[in-house]
Amino acid sequence: MAIQVRIPTPLRKLTGGAESVSGSGATVAALVQDLETRHPGLKERICDDAGKVRRFVNVYVNGDDIRFLDNLDTPVKDGDEISIVPAIAGGTR
Amino acid sequence: MRDAAVAIVGVGALGCAAAEGLACAGVGRLVLLDGDVVERSNLHRQLLHRDADRGRPKVESAAERLAALAPGCAIDCRAVRVTAENAVDLLADATCIVDATDGFESKFLLNDAAVALGTPLVHAGIVRFLGQLMTIIPGLSACYRCLFVAPPRPGDVPSCQEAGVLGSLAGTIGLLQAAEVLRYLTGSGPLLTDRLLTYDALANRFRHVRLRRNPSCPVCAARLAAAPRNR
Repeated sequence: MAIQVRIPTPLRKLTGGAESVSGSGATVAALVQDLETRHPGLKERICDDAGKVRRFVNVYVNGDDIRFLDNLDTPVKDGDEISIVPAIAGGTR
Repeated sequence: MRDAAVAIVGVGALGCAAAEGLACAGVGRLVLLDGDVVERSNLHRQLLHRDADRGRPKVESAAERLAALAPGCAIDCRAVRVTAENAVDLLADATCIVDATDGFESKFLLNDAAVALGTPLVHAGIVRFLGQLMTIIPGLSACYRCLFVAPPRPGDVPSCQEAGVLGSLAGTIGLLQAAEVLRYLTGSGPLLTDRLLTYDALANRFRHVRLRRNPSCPVCAARLAAAPRNR
């Protein structure tokens, strides 16, 4: 069993249109790195140049915001569900 | 509901749908705020405006259509852009605020103004096939800055103007905003507080993301729990 990662629609062009992808790793940081090897470009949409989660993106492990856990050091395991939630701003004009 | 004054900030795609839903449901007064004029490129998703309205202020065009649909609803038009300088004055009398703006700056500004005023805010954002919706009851539930601390830098996230949006997605989310306001005004049903509703129009899937107040939120952390303003 792998870790399932839900991909929001703005990032799906990096996953070939897949709504959910699999990954592995012991922490969110390792998982993001693994996702980058499978879906190049994904990491830079989630993390900034300093390697931190971008301020307009939130990552959830089984529904819990990693900012209130251990951020990118939050442990993950097979069977966990990760959600990526970006801020979106349209209204529209 | 007849005594309520709902401020709708932005009379674009979300605002048109939300305004129609609220006016037809019997809300007493709507305050429409938008400094833009109608353009042809708006018409596929902003359903209160007509081709003949091109060049007119959106608030006028929308008010005319709403008056025909729901003559019992009083409409106040303010053809102005809500800014940091005028937000508190423009929104001070609102029972509830609908964020139907386009752009991160406006969304953060409205959040901050609503928290400062203690006025409930129904936030929404849309882009391409993705919609998001949440309700903020200042002092009681997570605010938008509890979710996202600060806006992205210009260019980091495409706007609707750049990325496009499915017109029917905008209508769906705008009407959900109206339903949320009606739940608040009538005290019926649970609100979308401390959770973010996301709608994926490609997969046709609604999901909830659990939120919680950020104890170090720069906007609402200092605000003590207080009863929301009168419904």
